[in-house]
Amino acid sequence: MSVHGHVPGLSGRRPAGRWAWVPALAIIAVGIGAWQLYATRSGVSPQILPSPARVLQAGWINRGALWTNTLATLKETVFGFGLAIVVGFVLSAVIDASGVLRNALMPLLIGSQTLPLVAIAPLVIIWFGFGLMPKVLLVALLSFFPITVAFLEGYQSTDPDVERLLASMGASRWRVFRSARVPTAMPFFFAGLRIAITYSVVVAIFAEYAGATAGLGVYIQEETHVFRTDLVFAAVLVTTLITVGLFAATYLLERIMIPWYRMSRQTARR
Amino acid sequence: MTTRPPIASERADREAPKLRLEGVRHAYRELEVLDGVSLRLGAGELVTILGPSGCGKSTIFAILTGATAPTSGSVLVDNAPLGRATERFAVMPQSDALLPWRRVIDNVTLGLEVQGVSRREARERVTPLLATFGLDQFARAYPFQLSGGMRQRAALLRTVVQDRGVLLLDEPFGALDALTRTDMQEWLESVWDTFRWSVLLITHDIREAVFLSDRVYVLSPRPARVVAEVTVPLPRPRRMAQLSSPDFVRTEHELRQALSAGRADATQT
Repeated sequence: MSVHGHVPGLSGRRPAGRWAWVPALAIIAVGIGAWQLYATRSGVSPQILPSPARVLQAGWINRGALWTNTLATLKETVFGFGLAIVVGFVLSAVIDASGVLRNALMPLLIGSQTLPLVAIAPLVIIWFGFGLMPKVLLVALLSFFPITVAFLEGYQSTDPDVERLLASMGASRWRVFRSARVPTAMPFFFAGLRIAITYSVVVAIFAEYAGATAGLGVYIQEETHVFRTDLVFAAVLVTTLITVGLFAATYLLERIMIPWYRMSRQTARR
Repeated sequence: MTTRPPIASERADREAPKLRLEGVRHAYRELEVLDGVSLRLGAGELVTILGPSGCGKSTIFAILTGATAPTSGSVLVDNAPLGRATERFAVMPQSDALLPWRRVIDNVTLGLEVQGVSRREARERVTPLLATFGLDQFARAYPFQLSGGMRQRAALLRTVVQDRGVLLLDEPFGALDALTRTDMQEWLESVWDTFRWSVLLITHDIREAVFLSDRVYVLSPRPARVVAEVTVPLPRPRRMAQLSSPDFVRTEHELRQALSAGRADATQT
């Protein structure tokens, strides 16, 4: 029995079992090893290319400052992302409900994704100041679209038999949306979420670059100016860890919110 | 006042059909789908509409559920014109249409939920029936964990608990393998014997029609009209062993004749 609404790609074929992470770790270890060797043996200045050990050491010594700035960035990302989910869902619901609104809104939404961040970020800072708000808005602006599109694709794949059945039971359109279309779209939503989350942290950092008092973007900027390349790398490492962490969190959320999905897929693959 | 035996007209009143279709026609744009279909379904009767694939059987259900309107003809439920159709019929679609994200218990209460019955009351109403439908061990399971037969039983339970006057079953076992289908037919016969719902069943399986029905209407290919009405003389409860009884074989033959006669007519015109 096939389950409706399988999302291809992202949540797709991952090697099963407890050894799945070994190849990834191995390749990272090899890369870091080579880097360490080159940085210590070639005589390159640590201001140009610090060794991984030096990056870790400098990061650990400056952990207080790193931590404070990480928290600021994480807050912007999470709030912005939360806003993106709300806006993304509401837009998708409105578009799904009305063909007129779909025609009216879709070009605008696609247009919103063509705005160059370098131009829009300073403007939003000018309009909304140096606080949390402009970063949240920028993260939301650049992350809502994959979520909206994912929901819309998901609604489309609702089983017509299910919709007919609900209609025969006397269900209203709202009831059909709530009981059939939204649940069908949930796996798609998580796929969109994973696409959006990979660049939301970068957007937050870039927004800080354009003007902020705290955050990893500010930190990277400051340390670049004083040639602390090791601390820049440390901040980059933290950025990566946050992104990977948030990415992993979507799987956790998926398991909690739609437990049937993973289970049914595993059964189907057997 | 003296008691007297009921006269014929009174008896007819009392036995007024649950559902009556009179000369129902339906055309989809230029395409004639139904060419004046008349049939009736008595209370507690299991009546089958038998016809070749694509003859318009499902259009009859679409009209009954209000999904589409007949071009002409009348539909009477309990002797009154068809009003809010959803309150009269409970439908079991060809595919089981179980929601993969709902556990069995929440799937079977879906219709009640749509009616506005509270979740707790819906579960209370459904729970005593789970065992009859062989689902008591699987109330907390998800649909993908069920076998094909169990999925159909869950879909039927979801249909039955809606407590509408008439059940419309649209090729309920069409998607099952032959062995499971036979099991399910036997099972349906036994539960129907217990509950005696008024059932209108669509199928293109002659044997299924004979085994389950009180009466069978045979439809011609599109545009569909009734080419024969056959009463099945087999006593209930029925068993698969009766498949080879003379009455069974004769009825089966009669239906096959009617089907091919209908087809021959259609090719002549």
